[in-house]
Amino acid sequence: MSILTSPVSENELVADQFDDLEQQRSAAQLGMWVFLATEVLFFGGLFLAYTVYRSRYPYDFAAASHHTDVVIGGINTAILLFSSTLMALAVRAAELRDRKRLVWLLVGTAFFGIIFMVLKGVEYHKDWTDHLVPVFNFEWPEPNPEHPQIFFWLYFAMTGLHAIHVTVGILVMLVIAFLARLRKFTTGNYTPVEIAGLYWHFVDIVWIFLFPLLYLAGHR
Amino acid sequence: MNTLDAKVATEIDIKTEGQFARDNYLSEHTVGSWLLTTDHKRIGILYLFTILVFFTIASVAAAMMRIELLHPAGGLMTSETYNKLFTIHGTLMVWFFLIPSIPTVLGNFVLPLMIGARDVAFPKLNLMSWYIFVFGGLLATWSLIRGGVDTGWTFYTPYSTTYANSHVISMAAGIFVAGFSTIITGMNFIVTTHKMRATGLTWFRLPLFVWSLYATSLIMVLATPVLATTLALISVERLWGVGIFDPKLGGDPILFQHMFWFYSHPAVYIMILPGMGVVSEVIACFSRKRIFGYAWIACSSMAIAILGFLVWGHHMFVSGQSVYAGMIFSVLSFLVAVPSGVKVFNWTATLHKGSIHFTTPMLYALGFIGLFVIGGLTGLFLAALSVDVHVHDTYFVIAHFHYIMVGGMVTAFMGGLHYWWPKITGRLYPELWGKLAALATFLGFNLTFFPLFILGYLGQPRRYHVYPPEFQIFHVLSTAGASILGVGYVMPLIYFIWSAKRGRVAGPNPWHATGLEWQTASPPPKHNFIETPIVTDKPYGYSAEKDVDLDLASI
Repeated sequence: MSILTSPVSENELVADQFDDLEQQRSAAQLGMWVFLATEVLFFGGLFLAYTVYRSRYPYDFAAASHHTDVVIGGINTAILLFSSTLMALAVRAAELRDRKRLVWLLVGTAFFGIIFMVLKGVEYHKDWTDHLVPVFNFEWPEPNPEHPQIFFWLYFAMTGLHAIHVTVGILVMLVIAFLARLRKFTTGNYTPVEIAGLYWHFVDIVWIFLFPLLYLAGHR
Repeated sequence: MNTLDAKVATEIDIKTEGQFARDNYLSEHTVGSWLLTTDHKRIGILYLFTILVFFTIASVAAAMMRIELLHPAGGLMTSETYNKLFTIHGTLMVWFFLIPSIPTVLGNFVLPLMIGARDVAFPKLNLMSWYIFVFGGLLATWSLIRGGVDTGWTFYTPYSTTYANSHVISMAAGIFVAGFSTIITGMNFIVTTHKMRATGLTWFRLPLFVWSLYATSLIMVLATPVLATTLALISVERLWGVGIFDPKLGGDPILFQHMFWFYSHPAVYIMILPGMGVVSEVIACFSRKRIFGYAWIACSSMAIAILGFLVWGHHMFVSGQSVYAGMIFSVLSFLVAVPSGVKVFNWTATLHKGSIHFTTPMLYALGFIGLFVIGGLTGLFLAALSVDVHVHDTYFVIAHFHYIMVGGMVTAFMGGLHYWWPKITGRLYPELWGKLAALATFLGFNLTFFPLFILGYLGQPRRYHVYPPEFQIFHVLSTAGASILGVGYVMPLIYFIWSAKRGRVAGPNPWHATGLEWQTASPPPKHNFIETPIVTDKPYGYSAEKDVDLDLASI
């Protein structure tokens, strides 16, 4: 293993409770997977509510979904997928101990995350001017406005919860990029890059489900 | 293991004065050394004190309810106050005492010791979970100080979202926050069990307490986030009335019940599985026998955890759920009795021809088996559709789940606390007082809750403080029992505090038990083991022929 030839000795990298770097690495990875399982169920409650109400009000949900901006949503999907690619490459760069590449790829991941958030903000603003924000600013020309209101409430709850996760992800990427610049991950232990990557891919996958459910439900 | 025993013993002799390990995890005394500790043993003790506070508040609420119920007309307080009291009792007991009880106190303390590890996998997260728990507890307390909540611990909509004039949101926020500490604990235990086991400690050599904590952790990690979502939705609904649970706006209050019970039924097993693990340890040790059906007990914990996710609909038999859904949930609920029965029969078979020592932990464990059997079997009554229609929302349900949660979990918690007390403090509690307390809780508990089965069957609904006069005798019996139960809980509090300073020095292994936790000094050193143990055999290598003199009479 190249770890043995690295300038930092293994002892400094391994926390007290672990025997060696391999144990520490696999523990951190399993921890992240368990956390992601928790996250799936955290979103799960909202997905359940969506499923219940969509099956109860299919036409209202289709009509409401028609009012979402499928162009911005589509562009955002592409952006997140692209940032996930950068993230995957960043993990590879960490593995190869290519510090410069690693820093740039992490910054790139964060950058496209920020673009995603900006577009999301533009979209939310558009929703506001289109009177699509439940309770505060909601107008619906057709009968039974409360059913599309449930759709839009779920739309804001789900994309909002997702946006919180993207924001956390961006901050994590920036911190990790900063530490990477200080050679923290190119001298033997790149586990933090790996588990941050797992998290970012999770955020991406949630969006892969949100996009068709919220944006494409009304389009044939 | 014998050579290792000898090695550890000599090491201990060198490091200790007599049998008390001077250089231990408690050696530092500063406040900072406690508040910034990442030692799993100290974090367990931090949790012990914290949950004790909530246990006390919730017990006082229960005592006030029992006093109020002495008289059929209920003249002491208004209905609103009574509603707030049972809500305080329920929310604090469930989320701030029972769910954290065995996992965060005994689990945190013992799990790494049992698997021969220096600490849990993520010690800093472990400390963070305690701070999150305290913060959640403060939010809940804040809600109480401002006037409390009157929805009951179940927060049923539309009452909680629309009609309740009490502090629902701050209480929901407290529980929401505390949930994250539960998730972190569960995550830590899962990873620790997977990755931190000593050499040779294969899965089927793990102590059964570790298996039960593992099963519990799976539930914690997978169920708690759903509660978080549900509570968040309730708060939003209460704040802005978007209609997610409001039929007037196209929403459905039954959806709340599904989401709530999808969490809360598995959570019921968070409140019993760890207790079962403690009992497995204690029964084997004080029967001086290898536990009967080890693999069956281990797998039954997993079976309970998995089945627990599939039975939530049995809380909703009268909520307008379809008859077919009701039938399926009923059958699945019956299935839970199978792994539960497997455990009870295996414990009983372990006792058979064992060399039984009636020590305090053993009395609690035996009490657990009896009370759990009653609680479990009445659970079958409630899982039966037609019977449930009769006893739904009556005192029968109250009696049933108190037999599981208090008769089961709290009894096991007390048993486990006595069992590991010599390891935690290095000193023994007074055995006679221990036995008296165990007896008092057993008798007091039955007197408190058995009459409630009859009351419920006769038709008294839960959550009412005014009732027909002919029911008074049962309430008087119950209140009398609660007083005895209270004495049974105060006694250990007093002698534990006394024994922590003045108790007889226990030595590394006062019970001559076989687990790894008994192979290190008492109290254990900071990193648990002077030399990392190696495991070469199955657990519970007790033998009834080689009986030991536990020498407890002189304590």
